[in-house]
Amino acid sequence: MGNELFLVPFLTGLGLAILLPLLGCYLRLRDEWLAALAYSHIAAAGALLALVAGLAPMIGGLAAAGLAGAGKRLFARRLSGGASYALLLLGGWSVAVLLAANQPLAERLGHAMFDGQLYFAGSEQLWSVFVSGGLGLLILRLLSQHLLLAHVYPDFFRVRGLKAWPIQSGFDLLAALLLALATMNMGIMGAFALVFIPPWLAFRRGRNWRSGLWMALLIGILSYFAAFIAALLLDQPFGPLLALLLISLGLVIA
Amino acid sequence: MNCLLRAENLIAGWQSAATEAVDLVLAAGEIVGLTGPNGVGKSTLLAAFAGRAQIFSGSIELRRGLRLALQTQDIPPVVGLPLSGRELLALTTAGAGGLPPWLSERLDLRLDRLSGGQRHYLALWAILQAPADLILLDEPTNNLDAAGVGHLTAHLRERAEAGAGIVVVSHDAAFVEAVCDRVVVLGGGNGQ
Repeated sequence: MGNELFLVPFLTGLGLAILLPLLGCYLRLRDEWLAALAYSHIAAAGALLALVAGLAPMIGGLAAAGLAGAGKRLFARRLSGGASYALLLLGGWSVAVLLAANQPLAERLGHAMFDGQLYFAGSEQLWSVFVSGGLGLLILRLLSQHLLLAHVYPDFFRVRGLKAWPIQSGFDLLAALLLALATMNMGIMGAFALVFIPPWLAFRRGRNWRSGLWMALLIGILSYFAAFIAALLLDQPFGPLLALLLISLGLVIA
Repeated sequence: MNCLLRAENLIAGWQSAATEAVDLVLAAGEIVGLTGPNGVGKSTLLAAFAGRAQIFSGSIELRRGLRLALQTQDIPPVVGLPLSGRELLALTTAGAGGLPPWLSERLDLRLDRLSGGQRHYLALWAILQAPADLILLDEPTNNLDAAGVGHLTAHLRERAEAGAGIVVVSHDAAFVEAVCDRVVVLGGGNGQ
């Protein structure tokens, strides 16, 4: 781990292992865990489109996911019941696979994102994860009480004159951007495993909201650490190992 | 009289009018009951006072700067959510002082580990104890046993004596009689 070649990817992933389980708790609170897969696929498609257009993939991924997150509310009435996430997922997957199949340039990056490789992360990715992640955590902390109140007492929330849309749209945009960042660095399924499984266990076993957040965080970090070491020692792709580890842990704890 | 709410010839509804014309004045420190048969529009009136339902004719005036609290019949979706009673109260900045012992000793449990009645009363308490001048309650005695109804009755009187105005929609005739200063019966022509 002292080798800098692995230290930067390790720290990049560690930042995401802190961020994603906490984000996942709020997505689960809102019954929007499917959003993780949707935004990840949209980010992958955006990154590949940017690559083909000669732009930085990171910018393409963030822009596509950000647009999807911000634009989702415009179609909220027609796309209720999670339909928006299913359509975004299918659309993102279709575009990404078609680009990877037809553009040699996109094929390699596409494989990395779908296979879940963390080892391509450099210092630029590390900084982007720590700066955006830190900011994201701060915003989540500010939104936390409002998101909980809007979920438990939606009518009380409205009669107190609290406006729901800045909180909901702000959270949608935040989730989209953070998931895009995670997808670019950790791959679609690696990010999804960290967004879905630790919060699922925390919701089942947490004694209260605060302890649930800590539990999700701890499960995320420990699983990440174990998967990273295992992937290095066994020379295997990181994403599938992380997912298998979390699934095993999930079956034991749940 | 310190008037909190004044409704004149109010007809409210959602897509179409759902109530008869109602006149109602509520002063600070007063508890008014709204009763009547199912479908007469009691909950719709409450929703109109809270600014949620549509006004088809007449008017509603609320005192400027009024802080509202609204309890609806919807059950807070807390099953499967790791949220404790204490955290629920913190969401609405409600205090735990005055809770009955059978609830105060369970405040640190997850809400989905409480019985239906305990959960309902705690969810109701979080609204009742939230800082508010006007409290609107829709069937607050649902799921409550006799001890819960007794405690609620005493607490509503305390809230009113402290200056809050309260409108209660309820089918529970004994509760309405015990807690309300006045009762408006809907369904027999002009509600008054």
